[in-house]
Amino acid sequence: MSAVVTDHEHEHHDHKPSGIKRWLYTTNHKDIGTMYLVFALIMFFIGGAMAMVIRAELFQPGMQFVEPNFFNQMTTVHGLIMVFGAVMPAFTGLANWMIPMMIGAPDMALPRMNNWSFWILPFAFLILLMSLFMPGGGPSFGWTFYAPLSTTYSGDSTALFVFSVHIMGISSIMGAINVIVTIFNLRAPGMTWMKMPLFVWTWLITAFLLIMVMPVLAGVVTMVLTDKYFGTSFFDAAGGGDPVLFQHIFWFFGHPEVYIMILPAFGIVSSIVPTFARKPLFGYASMVYATSSIALLSFLVWAHHMFTTGMPVAGALFFMYCTMLIAVPTGVKVFNWVATMWRGAMTFEVPMMFALAFIVLFTIGGFSGLMLAITPADFQYHDTYFVVAHFHYVLVTGAVFSIIAAAYYWLPKWTGHMYDEKLGQWHFWCSLISVNMLFFPMHFVGLAGMPRRIPDYALQFADFNAFISIGGFLFGASQLIFVAVLVKCARGGEKATAQVWEGAEGLEWEVPSPAPYHTFETPPVIK
Amino acid sequence: MALKHKPLTFKLAVTALAMFGFGFALVPLYDVFCDLTGLNGKTAATAASADAALIDISREVVIEFIARPNKEMPWVFKPEVRRMTVHPGEIHLMNYLAENPTGRMIVGQAVPSVSPGQAALYFHKIECFCFTQQQLAGGKNMLMPLQFYVDPALPSQFSTITLSYTLYDVTSAWTGDTAASSQLGE
Repeated sequence: MSAVVTDHEHEHHDHKPSGIKRWLYTTNHKDIGTMYLVFALIMFFIGGAMAMVIRAELFQPGMQFVEPNFFNQMTTVHGLIMVFGAVMPAFTGLANWMIPMMIGAPDMALPRMNNWSFWILPFAFLILLMSLFMPGGGPSFGWTFYAPLSTTYSGDSTALFVFSVHIMGISSIMGAINVIVTIFNLRAPGMTWMKMPLFVWTWLITAFLLIMVMPVLAGVVTMVLTDKYFGTSFFDAAGGGDPVLFQHIFWFFGHPEVYIMILPAFGIVSSIVPTFARKPLFGYASMVYATSSIALLSFLVWAHHMFTTGMPVAGALFFMYCTMLIAVPTGVKVFNWVATMWRGAMTFEVPMMFALAFIVLFTIGGFSGLMLAITPADFQYHDTYFVVAHFHYVLVTGAVFSIIAAAYYWLPKWTGHMYDEKLGQWHFWCSLISVNMLFFPMHFVGLAGMPRRIPDYALQFADFNAFISIGGFLFGASQLIFVAVLVKCARGGEKATAQVWEGAEGLEWEVPSPAPYHTFETPPVIK
Repeated sequence: MALKHKPLTFKLAVTALAMFGFGFALVPLYDVFCDLTGLNGKTAATAASADAALIDISREVVIEFIARPNKEMPWVFKPEVRRMTVHPGEIHLMNYLAENPTGRMIVGQAVPSVSPGQAALYFHKIECFCFTQQQLAGGKNMLMPLQFYVDPALPSQFSTITLSYTLYDVTSAWTGDTAASSQLGE
């Protein structure tokens, strides 16, 4: 095939509708990836604004700014938006952008479905956010919507909540199907399973988790809906149901869900660390096996969220040991990242800084997770700020930091411009310091007994909470620097080369920067 | 192109649908699991046979009775005695007093729970008001019987069993025959 013909085809295909229609009708994986990422960023700020309301209220003891009912709506919707609106769509956006380029595919396998899975998402969140303006307010039972809080004692916004979760779930399932089909069917010739980049591997496993558990979430919200409106008694003891059953079904979804939010992050860090250490990843195969075993174990640990529901000793021990077992493959991963850096020629650009912070801070979150896994100790920690500290370390300094690292890492590939390194470093250091001011003291107030999800607290926690709130406001403000970096980089800047980073390896670094609208229409051959 | 993707897409979509079904299948599975293991303190919802095993007079077990109407249930609901000492295998009759202080007919459903949960498997009910819904007209009261025995196979570490009933107002969901209820009321 001659180069002239290929070039001609490229020009022909690059015609696309202009204006809003381009984005509404697009089936291009790069366009859809961009929309997912922009959507996730907007949701990150909306969810973040709710966190600011929470921190403002908790700045001092007593009731200051909002009613308790509104406070509960803020904690609930903050959680829902950050989990389903920010972290998950951001990972799906990265998958859309990078997976076809990393495996040498021209696009996602099911482009029309790809368009659908994005475009139903804004409506899901519109429904959820609109419910806040209903009489009686939006959902206020926590993002975990435990029965009977969400059935007997909830307001009429529950129906909207249920429908919006249904739509989010359908979107995620379609996205996951697309990722799996793409990876199975569209790998370039010679791209064997064990040659796939780890980001592709981790996303493949994540997609399987999504297909296994998102339907269970859809099922449990449906049960909440029918219990509340149609007289069923899944979770109602009076009708022969059991409220504890809710927790079993919810956490059967919920625990794999937390790995859905962290496995792609492992893939991102496994891409970034070798680039900036200028060494191949240490222990590639063990990374693949570790990721798979984490995914399998994630189905056997759900009841560690429920130790205080009154479980027999045998059950508590089983879930405690299985939970602790997850530390082994996770430890393998952390070891491999550190070993990759060992004697590497390291440089510390912004993506590497965020990846390094990820390794350290995610590990702190992992350790507090181990503490929570100890059944007798969990009775002390359960539903306190210690839990809040734990899951924010794994989700903010874990998942969110990895997404930010990925954005800096691939931004030159997306826009064709280098981002402003100085501004990026400011963003990193401000975020690093403020995020630790925000979440680290939560360990202390949690151990001292401050309960979560309560708008007021005992006086002895006042100083810590004021400090935490200041950290929260600073962390929120630091993310505005990120927006400045993104806007500046999209508008212009130093031209990026195809390889962008000196140590970068992989198919995505072989296409020019910015990546053309269509890449790998003729599959590359991998040696 | 699209044809190549059809089989895998179809399989994955079926898997997703099957998992949706699995979420609902967890409901009966959970009950079966609790029945088999006696975890969660669930006692059998049907009557046990009255031909009990041998009475073990060498052993005594204390049975404690707790009865509590749910917050939205206006009935007065209490056991006749708070505790009883029994020999395993012995059949006992116990009455619960129910009184409806309101002016309207109310249907109640009692939900039992046994603590410690592992003892639930060894607590057998021959007859129980909790097997069916109970109707009571306004201003009336009644005695609700419970006939039970403790299985002699009860492991030796259990010397006290607590039987707790929570009574719920299920009038709105009641499907029973209204003629019977008016008969009972007058």
